[in-house]
Amino acid sequence: MHSAIGKVFIFGLPAIVTLYFLATAWADRRRLGRAAPKPFFKRNGIAIGVYLIAAVGLWCVFAIVLPQLYMVDYSFRPKLPVAQMGGPKDLYTLDNYHYFLFGSTRSSAEWNVVHIRALVQTVLISIVITAVNFAICYPIAFYMAQVARPARVRLLMLMLIAPYWVNEILRAFAFRILLGTNGIINRTLIEAGVLGEPLDFLGADVGLYAGLTYAYLLLMMFPVYNAIENLDRNQIEAARDLGAPWWHIHLFIVMPHAKPGIASGATLVFMLNAGALAAPLVLGGPRSLWFTPIVYDRFYQAFNWQQGAAYALILLLTCVVFVLGVLKLFRLKLGEIAR
Amino acid sequence: MTSRPFLSSRAVLKAMTGFYVLLFFAYLFGPLAVMGITAFNTPSYPQVYPFESFTLDWFVKLANDDDMVAGFRNSLWIGLLVVLVSVPVGLAGAIVMTQVHARARSFYYLIVVSPVLTPGVIIGISTVIFWRDMIGVTGTRAFYNGTFLTVVGQSSYIAAYTMLIFLARLQRFDRAQDEAAQDLGASQTQVFFHVLLPYLRPAVFSAAVLAFLSSFENYNTTTFSILADKTLTTVLAGRVRQGTDPSLSALAVAIIAVTVAGAVLYEVLRRREDRRARQRERAAGAAEAREMAGMTG
Repeated sequence: MHSAIGKVFIFGLPAIVTLYFLATAWADRRRLGRAAPKPFFKRNGIAIGVYLIAAVGLWCVFAIVLPQLYMVDYSFRPKLPVAQMGGPKDLYTLDNYHYFLFGSTRSSAEWNVVHIRALVQTVLISIVITAVNFAICYPIAFYMAQVARPARVRLLMLMLIAPYWVNEILRAFAFRILLGTNGIINRTLIEAGVLGEPLDFLGADVGLYAGLTYAYLLLMMFPVYNAIENLDRNQIEAARDLGAPWWHIHLFIVMPHAKPGIASGATLVFMLNAGALAAPLVLGGPRSLWFTPIVYDRFYQAFNWQQGAAYALILLLTCVVFVLGVLKLFRLKLGEIAR
Repeated sequence: MTSRPFLSSRAVLKAMTGFYVLLFFAYLFGPLAVMGITAFNTPSYPQVYPFESFTLDWFVKLANDDDMVAGFRNSLWIGLLVVLVSVPVGLAGAIVMTQVHARARSFYYLIVVSPVLTPGVIIGISTVIFWRDMIGVTGTRAFYNGTFLTVVGQSSYIAAYTMLIFLARLQRFDRAQDEAAQDLGASQTQVFFHVLLPYLRPAVFSAAVLAFLSSFENYNTTTFSILADKTLTTVLAGRVRQGTDPSLSALAVAIIAVTVAGAVLYEVLRRREDRRARQRERAAGAAEAREMAGMTG
């Protein structure tokens, strides 16, 4: 199929989506009958109404929906010189996806082991890091939400936020200073006589995993804190009075109550880890396998944007499918967690 | 009496909690503190100890780094534009959210919140691909420059953040205020500017600060959308990849200093605002009491 046809879909789809949205809004009004609120322009006035529609419309269509659709379309195109784009050779193809699975047609290996392994590893390690983040944050979140006095909570909050004003790259850089072969940890260990010669923490990916664990801690902390905060303290007291051991209280009372918060923190941290670019670029050793730098290299080393788009899409779909699957497992809705 | 846990076990628990909190904050600040110290030490490899001698040379080197300064300027400029775009858009998004219901609402919610969960790399890539093609359609090169693309790309998800801030405050908005103003003859536009916006003022402020900071520190989206231009983070990433140099630590120290100053200022302003609010409340309470006294008396 020629790629010009794709354009019809790309621009047609947002129109259909907008129509669908208006239709559901209209249907909802119909259903409410006389109880329905005033019509949109009556309610907001012409000037404000136009501002609302223009701002939201431009945002949704030109900044969110169209770019994503374009990327999908692009990922099915062959790499061509600029002059031939849109020409007779610009036909839809599965080559870019084929490359992810099997490598170039010239390679003798059966599967594209390097890239597939990088993707699997990225997802698995992101899961582990998310779990570790939760384990680190939960006691602090519980302490702030249920134990500490308000004045102390405000102070702790400020202290929590402070490190996150420093940008991601510098935070990763800090870990490089800590863990480099010449870094403070190696030096201390050598001077203490524990080590004979420096350990290559960065080459062994210790630096990468430590940096990633550190990077998004805050985004686990706040949702979990918020969720625990509105748990009625009497419930904990009651359980304690009835003789529940402390771990029962956490496992069967606090955590189930905080489930939406935990899920939202975990989703954010997982997605940010899987999509992290700064930490792998700064802390990755020569043999590190993280998927985002591979996507990055498609663009800036292979100069194959079409393939890069396909790789980006593979990453996005894998993550989304995984997150939705886990949410389903825990019987949570996406709407519930994103609040 | 029911058997409470022994007092001593409570004390142990308390001590353990305290220890954990300490450990946690040591973990949070440790790496930054180490980096901070290297900014003042002379060796050209960032080193904490032996602390050879105190120097401010790395700050001087940073200030004379032309790329870094140019990137910094671009970052400020882009951050400002992102605030100007994403605050009004997020506000509109939040207001529309309060006016749609049921199925239309969940559908709308899904679309506008999706950029929050999309990896930044993907937002950057899709923005570049889309707008590059727009030149072909519109025939202008105006859309294809780093600053424009970065502002659009960053705003697409930062507007979702600001929307969530506005939404939280709008949920507590009493629609009776709005109706009262309209009953008294205000037009909808007047209500918007004289009732709704003043009510949302704290949220506008928080949204603007958040938008600026998110933009300023973004790397994942920017590294694609900035094209041949540079921002502070992209220059920084290049430097860090090349090698390590204490002038980068100096940059971190500068950022932390500005942040701490900002946080202190924010806290002072907040306390003042709190005090004023309390005074107003007291005055209102007093007036009410007088009224009541007048009615009964």
